[in-house]
Amino acid sequence: MYKAFLIKYSEIGLKGKNRSYFEGCLVTRIRNVLSKLGDYQIYREQGRVFVMCPDDYDYDDTVEALSTVFGIAGYAPVFVVDSTKWEDVTEGAINYVNKYFDKHDFTFKIFCKRGDKGYFKQSPEICADVGEVLLNAFPKLKVDVHNPEKKITVEIRNKTYIYSDCLPGPGGMPVGCNGKAMLLLSGGIDSPVAGYMISKRGVSIDATYFHAPPYTSDHAKQKVIDLARIISRYTGPINLHIVNFTDIQMYIYEKCPHEELTIIMRRYMMRIAETIANRSGAIALVTGESIGQVASQTMQSLNCTNAVCEMPVFRPLIGFDKSEIIKISEKIKTFETSILPYEDCCTTFVAEHPVTKPVLSIIEKSEKRLSEKIDEMVDTALNTREVILIK
Amino acid sequence: MNVYLDNAATTRLSESAFGQMKKVFFDDFGNPSSLHNKGLDAKQYIKKAKEIIASDLKCEEKEIIFTSGGTESNNQAILSVARNYKRNGKHIITTAFEHASVYNPLIELEKENYEVTYLKPDKNGQISLESVKDAVREDTILLSVMMVNNEVGSKLDIKAISEAAKSVNKNIIVHCDAIQAYPKYRIVPKKDGIDLLSVSAHKFHGPKGCGFLYVRSGVKAGPIIFGGMQQQNMRSGTENVPGIVGMASALEEYIENRADYVNHMWELKTYFVKEISKIDGVTVNAVYSDREDLPLEDRIRLSAPHIISVSFPKIRSEVFLHALEQAGIYVSSGSACSSNHPAISGSLKAINVANEYLESTLRFSLTYSTTLKEIEYTIDRIKELLPIYSKFIKK
Repeated sequence: MYKAFLIKYSEIGLKGKNRSYFEGCLVTRIRNVLSKLGDYQIYREQGRVFVMCPDDYDYDDTVEALSTVFGIAGYAPVFVVDSTKWEDVTEGAINYVNKYFDKHDFTFKIFCKRGDKGYFKQSPEICADVGEVLLNAFPKLKVDVHNPEKKITVEIRNKTYIYSDCLPGPGGMPVGCNGKAMLLLSGGIDSPVAGYMISKRGVSIDATYFHAPPYTSDHAKQKVIDLARIISRYTGPINLHIVNFTDIQMYIYEKCPHEELTIIMRRYMMRIAETIANRSGAIALVTGESIGQVASQTMQSLNCTNAVCEMPVFRPLIGFDKSEIIKISEKIKTFETSILPYEDCCTTFVAEHPVTKPVLSIIEKSEKRLSEKIDEMVDTALNTREVILIK
Repeated sequence: MNVYLDNAATTRLSESAFGQMKKVFFDDFGNPSSLHNKGLDAKQYIKKAKEIIASDLKCEEKEIIFTSGGTESNNQAILSVARNYKRNGKHIITTAFEHASVYNPLIELEKENYEVTYLKPDKNGQISLESVKDAVREDTILLSVMMVNNEVGSKLDIKAISEAAKSVNKNIIVHCDAIQAYPKYRIVPKKDGIDLLSVSAHKFHGPKGCGFLYVRSGVKAGPIIFGGMQQQNMRSGTENVPGIVGMASALEEYIENRADYVNHMWELKTYFVKEISKIDGVTVNAVYSDREDLPLEDRIRLSAPHIISVSFPKIRSEVFLHALEQAGIYVSSGSACSSNHPAISGSLKAINVANEYLESTLRFSLTYSTTLKEIEYTIDRIKELLPIYSKFIKK
């Protein structure tokens, strides 16, 4: 059985003096996701991260868990030989080929890495000698140094590590190494994907959801909690802030032109999310907007909603088509939940013909009609919010 | 105040039923097929339950098959009869407002080249006997009609419908979905012209996951679940003894007080309809508003005691449902079974409820323990909330 995984990381390797910090973040994330599965040992050795598995580990569960850790470019299941004695190395190589390949008639090439530079053979010699041993043991194997079907790597450190296939990881950077952002999470398809995307760049997230009972039901709220739980597999723990938005929505509905309702609502959502972000240490907002997808996401509309924020607002899906977004949501398994048919507060009162090219000065003028009560309502919404830790 | 008015969806378990179930769960938990004493005990429980049911239906014990509930009972009745009688023909008659657990097996049969005629109910949720007679053909094998509609609460005269059908073709098998009707109505299948009868326990304060199918002896129904040949091979699978015991206990309680329970609900329904009809723009469906010759009490008694279907002007039912929920009142939009998908209520459409009301109709459903105070509270909240929510409508 494979006893270990060799973790390969991409971008972190390019970092300079703070590379150790990034590696530390990666190891912490790996430790967190694997701690739920059992007693794994994770250690760093000469620019590599190794995961040593407990005896009773489940291969598929481990692979599945590692596939959620951003920062991993790839990981190879590794056969470990507990010594570096030459007889053990060659015997290990034979065992490895025997066990892990169904047929023994492929072309191959041996690669070698020596962590132990004092080892009695040098790398080219090791490659040649291990190759010879395998050719003798398996008469149908052939060496092909240009286009091998299997690349078998033998690493000699304090133990011997043998591996060939490297499974692709999710890429990106380890979550937590790039600060925290506040995600505006609705029950739709886009916002969970946006959370996943920002998190891929090493950003940890909290989320804000706007609930409008009785226009949105508790089923809709539960759906958002479920979505947060699904993306938290990738993003790590999320503080989900649930803001009751009904009164504000109704007040806007009463006072402002109906075709501007959605834009003005979204402006208040951004304001509230930014305030919560400030209070919880997040330094940017994240939305699932994509240019032109709906009336509130035209360039003009995005300008109007953007204008209320002082923080940067990141929109990882800005240039994505819906079909591309759906593809990711299927991959991260949020799609099925996202399409459950519960109404969200943006669609409840949406006008037949909402403005698609709002002018900021006009929207600001409309908002003046709210001046009497809106600040108090926003305060109430902030103060009565519910916070759920999703992990 | 918490007011549960969704008793057509499900009911609270009867406490005495729970007490008896607990005993079966923890002490007499044997498998009725086991040869030892614990098995025998379990068998006795099942026999006792059958006695209770058989004595109310005036039928034989062997005519009762325990199932996992109403859906399975309906499926078994329709699928097995359709397949066993296909030599006589492949035509089936039903109504256009059956429950999905009748409707969907029929759609499956249509794929197997059965032909189904759907009779359209009138606005009081009644099927005319003429239309029944007209639909019956020589190759008609099955007539499946519900006794009480789950969404609008109309009560159909199964006896008359059965007689009408059998007067044209005496070989027709009559299946009745009595899931909303029994035990509120006393049913004697052999007198009422019913060959198969579906019943579900959790509609009358029994446990969920339990029901039965009555099959008149002589009718060739068969299994749809195959396995260890329990229940004379009519329904394989270890019998749900605690469920069966709970169902029988709840049933016994209901039968004993049937007249009082039902009268109580009819009185509450009459009050509810009278009060809510006073609100501008509100209409109650399928309560014989056209029969002005009859006093309200009598009109109400033409429909089921526990279901009230109310259309509100302009408010989306889901919104009003959640608004009432905030006031502690639990109701349904359409029937709970169909409100998970956006398709508008089939029954409402079938009885010609105006289009603008299809998405703004709520179902209030009572049980014997519902109180007048709860109904008053509900009416008051509706009066209070209606103007607020009709102000905020989609423009």
